[in-house]
Amino acid sequence: MINPALNESTLTLASLAPAITEIALATGICAVLMFDVFAGRTWRYLTHGLTLVVLAICAWLTLSVGAVATRTVLFDGLYVADKLGVFLKLAALMATALCLFYSQHYLDRRRIHGGEYDILAMTALLGISVLISANNLLTVYLGVELLSLSLYALVAFDRDSGIAAEAAIKYFVLGAIASGALLYGMSMLYGLTGTLSLDKLALVSASHGAGFVIAVAFIVVAVAFKFGAVPFHMWVPDVYHGAPSSVALLIATAPKLASFALVMRLLVYGLGADPVLWVQMLTALAVLSLLLGNILAIAQTNIRRMLAYSAIANVGFILLGFVTADTAGYRAALSYTLVYVLTTLGSFGVLLLAARSDGEADELDDFKGLGTRDPLLALLMLGLMLSTAGVPPLVGFWAKLWIIQALLHTHHLGLAILAVLVSVIGAYYYLRVIWYMYFDAGREQTPIPRQAGTRLALGLNTLAVLALGLLPNVLLSLCERLIGAP
Amino acid sequence: MLVEILFYSFATIVVLAGAGVIMARNPVHAALSLVLCFLTSAVLWMLIEAEFLAIVLVLVYVGAVMVLFLFVVMMLDINIEEMRRGFRRYVVPGAVITAMLVAEIVGVIVQRRLGLDVTRGAVPLPPGYSNATDLGIALFTRYAYAIEIAAMLLLVAIIAAISLTMRRRRGLKVQDIAAQVGVRASDRLRVVKMDAEPRQ
Amino acid sequence: MKLFQWIGTQWHALPDYAHSTVYILALTIVLILSVAYLTLWERKLIGWMQMRRGPNRVRLFGIPHTEYIGQPFADVVKLLIKEIVIPARSNKVLFRLAPAITLIPAFAAWAVVPLFPGFAIAKVDAGLLYVLSLTSVGVYGVILAGWASNSKYAFLGAMRSAAQIVAYEIAMGFALVGVLMAAGSLNLGTIVEQQRGAPAHWNIVWLFPLFMVYFISGVAETNRAPFDVAEGESEIVAGFHVEYSGMAFALFFLAEYANMILVTGLTAIFFLGGWLSPLDGYLPADSALRSVPLLGLALGDGLQWLALKIFLLLCVFLWLRATFPRYRYDQIMRLGWKILIPITIVWIALEGVLAWFHVGPWRV
Repeated sequence: MINPALNESTLTLASLAPAITEIALATGICAVLMFDVFAGRTWRYLTHGLTLVVLAICAWLTLSVGAVATRTVLFDGLYVADKLGVFLKLAALMATALCLFYSQHYLDRRRIHGGEYDILAMTALLGISVLISANNLLTVYLGVELLSLSLYALVAFDRDSGIAAEAAIKYFVLGAIASGALLYGMSMLYGLTGTLSLDKLALVSASHGAGFVIAVAFIVVAVAFKFGAVPFHMWVPDVYHGAPSSVALLIATAPKLASFALVMRLLVYGLGADPVLWVQMLTALAVLSLLLGNILAIAQTNIRRMLAYSAIANVGFILLGFVTADTAGYRAALSYTLVYVLTTLGSFGVLLLAARSDGEADELDDFKGLGTRDPLLALLMLGLMLSTAGVPPLVGFWAKLWIIQALLHTHHLGLAILAVLVSVIGAYYYLRVIWYMYFDAGREQTPIPRQAGTRLALGLNTLAVLALGLLPNVLLSLCERLIGAP
Repeated sequence: MLVEILFYSFATIVVLAGAGVIMARNPVHAALSLVLCFLTSAVLWMLIEAEFLAIVLVLVYVGAVMVLFLFVVMMLDINIEEMRRGFRRYVVPGAVITAMLVAEIVGVIVQRRLGLDVTRGAVPLPPGYSNATDLGIALFTRYAYAIEIAAMLLLVAIIAAISLTMRRRRGLKVQDIAAQVGVRASDRLRVVKMDAEPRQ
Repeated sequence: MKLFQWIGTQWHALPDYAHSTVYILALTIVLILSVAYLTLWERKLIGWMQMRRGPNRVRLFGIPHTEYIGQPFADVVKLLIKEIVIPARSNKVLFRLAPAITLIPAFAAWAVVPLFPGFAIAKVDAGLLYVLSLTSVGVYGVILAGWASNSKYAFLGAMRSAAQIVAYEIAMGFALVGVLMAAGSLNLGTIVEQQRGAPAHWNIVWLFPLFMVYFISGVAETNRAPFDVAEGESEIVAGFHVEYSGMAFALFFLAEYANMILVTGLTAIFFLGGWLSPLDGYLPADSALRSVPLLGLALGDGLQWLALKIFLLLCVFLWLRATFPRYRYDQIMRLGWKILIPITIVWIALEGVLAWFHVGPWRV
């Protein structure tokens, strides 16, 4: 039963170096938790800053200690460290830190800021990095659960809000079903192959029967749920709408990196011997997401619901990258995910700052006249919306272009045409926001808080969107380095 | 032979108890059926010499989890009739899904005999073999990472539960038990020495 | 002499299950008798503590100078001939089942308890877990009794009991984690063996906080004063067994005392060296005293020491009842969650550190 090769010498501290992100993060979570518990009212405001410091330390350690040159497997195959993992973790760390930074003011104003908020955000981040480094069905599941559980709690964090509670319950129940599907699929895989290791699954999955197809179907269902792809998207609009905007920002960004990693590890790597199995399923999911997301987004009057459907549509694009089942497609999917996360961080950040004095910026109408009310924010939003819509020279354009190129290279002409068409539809509702901001008079006249630090960060965020758009090769070469030739 | 008889009799009880969980009209009966289900499953595990798991199943699920379940279920006032009202509506999709799941399980069994050929199945263990030791070694070496993450998962569950339920409501009267318990006689009681009063 | 030999050979010829059956029967009878006299001892001891006489009427079969010795039998006869009233609209099956569910684990747990050197009815490797899981099953009797009675007071008692058990079970389990770390085994026999030497080697020395936690949790688990909120006769009449009468009530009564004996027995085994003689390190092995026929046997390891330890611990149980007023429910919860559990966690961590540096008598 016991692996004879596994004696004490394999578990040395030095050999754990590639897992430094998780170790540091878990330690940091415990430290912040203890600080928050014992700090008392006078010092508790420091928790937020401490969290950011911990995240910075984690990022530094990941770069200095955890960086690996080649694929390294740890913990008896439960954990894998590679360049893609390190980069995704850094991106997730950064995204989470930005989320927390953007939402500080918003949370304070709505008086729902507690130490638990930061801690739950960090545990969600831990779940994300576990997922990113998962090399075993067991760790995949644990990562998914750690991430989801933290997010469920965060959605319901504003306890006095009925709509948040409703969203949390919907998210929780559907999420539990998805976890059940994931476990069911995994148990079938185990029954068929006798292994939980993705390394071994990658070797055996070539021989498959009906049971295997069904197992993969269950797993794809769970993946689609975590991504929020149609027809497993029901939770997305409710959660984006019901949860506090800052939580919606968190859910919209870093977990998308985790979902990308989930597909890369579980489907592309673990079940990659025969991609046909899941490519067909992902195709259907992608097409449905693109159509439904874009069309329903038009009908929304609530900006957060609109962004939710936009998220669904964007997930469709990411899935299209996987449909190609070749390296170029995966690279395109990676760059699309990164671009999406970057842009969403900015647009939700603006949303948080522009929130009404009672706390939320819900309706599209609230953005009317933003151009005169706060020209800077409106300008940032203009850039971000144009990028999401896919207007050149902004980076959103390149992301879409690469996906379509990858589709054309693999002779998915129909899908490419569809992608172009829905992009045009999508442009409508993004441009509508711009129209409201600049060409409609608004009712709301209260000035928007200054928050110089947040504004600076938002500005840099938007500048990054512009800069990457002007220098797309940076992103392209990065993705090429991360996802090597097969 | 004896093992087979035991297995089939306890397996029957597991299945019946499982049916009881979903068929019982009274939620307390359903919870108790679940307890029975756990107990008999523990026996089944005992039969494949997984005594550690069997005992821990009883300890954790029967001894702790189900007690809390009962605690909650007993206090609920569930209207069974109302819950059953939607039954008809869900019969058809429910039956379809059940049929699919059964078909899949049968498929897996027929195809690969439930993976017994790849997972070796249960092998008889040498006498004096301790389940607990091996499990402990496996958990804290091979699966150390998974254990730690699972521990974080439980920590998150605690934090989430506390942050969602513990709130300071206005007008809530609470007692500081620590202060109450730590009270000394001298705080409450003052012994006054005084001279006897003169007779009236 | 011939007869003894014949019995001996016959005994060895018997199959294993016959041996076990005899052991089980013998143990059960001894336990039931102990329970009977424990109830009497409780009344007498508390009586003395409170400057009363306690029971002083019933002689054993009318034999002179046996005042109060016959009391337990009189009680049993009284309870046996009383009617068992089953409340209307109660859940009849569960109502009848509940007393048995409380009683069975209290007896079944003795199967793994080592009674004297090298003997336990079942030498289970995971004995410690077995004991823990059985004691945790016992609470179902209380909960079911409270619920099945269809009575408000009984139900309140059941609710209190459930919450209390869950809280104290954790502390109890953690305290035992310390014990198993010290012994490096889950087998109760090994746990006793590991404490061999002198009383200074008993777990109580290095694990004193855990001993205290375990003992307090034991009092709470058995629903004894000052943790007897599940009965709480001054608040909720008699709690979970308010609707029980006659022999059904007697079973609950029996279970409570059997559980007391079990908990003290386990405390003795986990922390006080079980059947080990306290003279071990002090009386030299070649001492003349050891060769005195009966005395020598009594001074060595054996059941008599376990019995003595159990008896002393039981006296502490009774003493607690005579001394302390009942805890309030929220105070119980606070003690369990906020004091006992942190103590155990800190001590386990400390024990781990000590074991790492090889300080203390640890096996790990």
